Amino acid sequence: MKHRLFTALALAGSMAAGSAYAEITIGVSLGSTGPGASLGIHYKNAYQLMPKTLGGEPVKYIIIDDASDPTNAAKNARKLVSEDKVDALMGSNGVPSAIQMAQVAAEAKTPMMVLTPAILSPAVAHWSFIVPQTTELMMGAIAEQMKAKGIKTVGYIGFSDTWGDLVLKATEFHAQAAGYKVVTNERYARADTSVTGQVLKIIAANPDAVIVGGSGTGGALPHVALVEKGYKKPIYHNHGTVNAEFIKVGGKAVEGAVAVTGPLIVPEELAANFPTKAMSLDFTRRYEASFGAGSRNGFAGYAYDGYLLLNAAVPEALKKAKPGTPEFREALRGALENVKNLVGTHGVYNMSAANHNGLDERARVPVQVQNGTWKLMK
Amino acid sequence: MSFDIALWLVQDGVTNGAIYALLALAMLLVFAVTRVIFVPQGEFISYAALSLALLQAGRLPGVVYVLVGGGLVAAALDIALALREKAPARLPRIVALYVLVPCVMAALAWWAAPRSVGLPLQVLIVLGLVVPLGPILYRVAYQPLASASVLVLFIISMAAHYALTGLGLVFFGGEGLRSEAFSDARFKLAVLDITAQSLWVVGASFVLMFALRLFFEKTFYGKALRATAVNRIGARLVGIPAELSGSLSFLLAAFIGAVSGILISPITTIYYDTGFLIGLKGFVGAIVGGMGSYPLAVAGSIGIGLLEAFSSFWASAFKETIVFTIIIPVLLWRSLRSRHIEDEEE
Repeated sequence: MKHRLFTALALAGSMAAGSAYAEITIGVSLGSTGPGASLGIHYKNAYQLMPKTLGGEPVKYIIIDDASDPTNAAKNARKLVSEDKVDALMGSNGVPSAIQMAQVAAEAKTPMMVLTPAILSPAVAHWSFIVPQTTELMMGAIAEQMKAKGIKTVGYIGFSDTWGDLVLKATEFHAQAAGYKVVTNERYARADTSVTGQVLKIIAANPDAVIVGGSGTGGALPHVALVEKGYKKPIYHNHGTVNAEFIKVGGKAVEGAVAVTGPLIVPEELAANFPTKAMSLDFTRRYEASFGAGSRNGFAGYAYDGYLLLNAAVPEALKKAKPGTPEFREALRGALENVKNLVGTHGVYNMSAANHNGLDERARVPVQVQNGTWKLMK
Repeated sequence: MSFDIALWLVQDGVTNGAIYALLALAMLLVFAVTRVIFVPQGEFISYAALSLALLQAGRLPGVVYVLVGGGLVAAALDIALALREKAPARLPRIVALYVLVPCVMAALAWWAAPRSVGLPLQVLIVLGLVVPLGPILYRVAYQPLASASVLVLFIISMAAHYALTGLGLVFFGGEGLRSEAFSDARFKLAVLDITAQSLWVVGASFVLMFALRLFFEKTFYGKALRATAVNRIGARLVGIPAELSGSLSFLLAAFIGAVSGILISPITTIYYDTGFLIGLKGFVGAIVGGMGSYPLAVAGSIGIGLLEAFSSFWASAFKETIVFTIIIPVLLWRSLRSRHIEDEEE
């Protein structure tokens, strides 16, 4: 008994001593409940796979739930910077939530890893680094696919939210170069019981192809409805849709669906010299070992790439200041801007003062549903 | 818009409207008998739809934990009450209803999950899992405050809704599921290509509505519920226990919710939180119908289904806005026409 008490005291003592060292604190806000939960849960899972150190220093992640609500995300960000004095922020899985957090990060002069492809104003963007591929970069791959097939008219159906807007904007961005025209802009909600009206309008316009701007299983509803109503031309999806559940829900109807995604969805099929092959494969294996076969998804990879970027920048920042100080946060921001040739799970990051995303074409691969799984398109 | 498209949209609107109509009936029933605005109605839809999809995928639906756990809480409340009132004779019945039934259903689901037992049995198991949640919910959340004001009961409803949605996320996960269609058959009717599933939805809804009518007109319990709806104090004076009518109306509401969930789960992807929005549209249907008349509520709900179908064709980005904005002119018109009735007559 006495012995056990002594051990406990010793343990408590060592922990107290540990906190006296330079521990780095990262504040994370995720929507692991609420409407965005299906994505938020994957982001949250990734934190279980991260090591206990960041750039060689002990790290503490404070993860709070924002229930997919932008107001909560802003509140969480404020709490994290003012009460927990975090060295960097990470979040969130909804674009509006992430924009709110980035706003707080800029006010508090704290670097932030934005985990969704949000578009920020220049003043805010100074403190923020966008981890995922921009929707323009991703939809560029779809535009290439369509150009190769000689597609001239495109019907669009997307979520009636920011994601639907972003995918449409990216689709229109490439329209001129790839020689197509977007002829419909239909919207639906994830929880809709029917998209018959929208689908009928698209079929009436009879475009050469349809692009779906949904995410996860939400992308299946219009695809299935289009197939049921006899639409036989190609249907393209964005990178938010690529997971195993999409195929489970869509069944036979989504066979042949084409999408774009980060390389970590199909790491086994990548060529041996693909720059992220080893990293993507390792992460996907570890993720599926922890969360079940077929659980791979792009979202967890964004959180993990956020960690990798911080991991690369922290040693530089530590040379200038101690964690927990405004000087460290400024140094970390500067170091993040100088990250070069960092191999992540999604692509190769080359940050600069002008480019706070740093990804290029190596961060996207076209995939297709073949025999009930996502396969790399050769 | 061509005539065929209009026909398609009507078909789509009627299919969805039939579901809203069922839910509107359940809302009205619960409101008339217990004065509860039954927000958690939608959760029964999600629970039933997701349970069916999971059973078909060979997995044990997490709703068994909600059922057994909720049953234990309800039993504990009732046992405490029985002991305080020194009536141990009630104990066997309490245990049978709140502990035995849930455990048997859970065991049945556990047995059936890895075997493909066929659709009819799966549907029965899902009903057995979801329907008892109605009385359990009433016992745990509403019965202790059954005589509180409409507003308090409404706030309880919101709390129950959030609690059940949260449990849904824990036990079903965030991704959506879709169950297999009852039948893949299709029928050609002029330009329309009607799926057997949409016939199932409309047919089952109308059969259920008719059965409800028979229940209220012909059976003893149905008449007791109607009596409570007409005059709560009067019903109590002639010996209809308020707990019984409350519990019974929740049982019916849960049944209607579960049936709706089972019917729509092959048509669309259901998420743990989808049911709320569907239930809300049923509520709008009931309001359009005046929140008092069953036939008008059915007509109002079919109207909502049609409005939704046509607005999703013309202005899909504003579909929900159009559907929910319709409440304002309807309420304005109704409040101008009808005199104000105090709901706190007790």
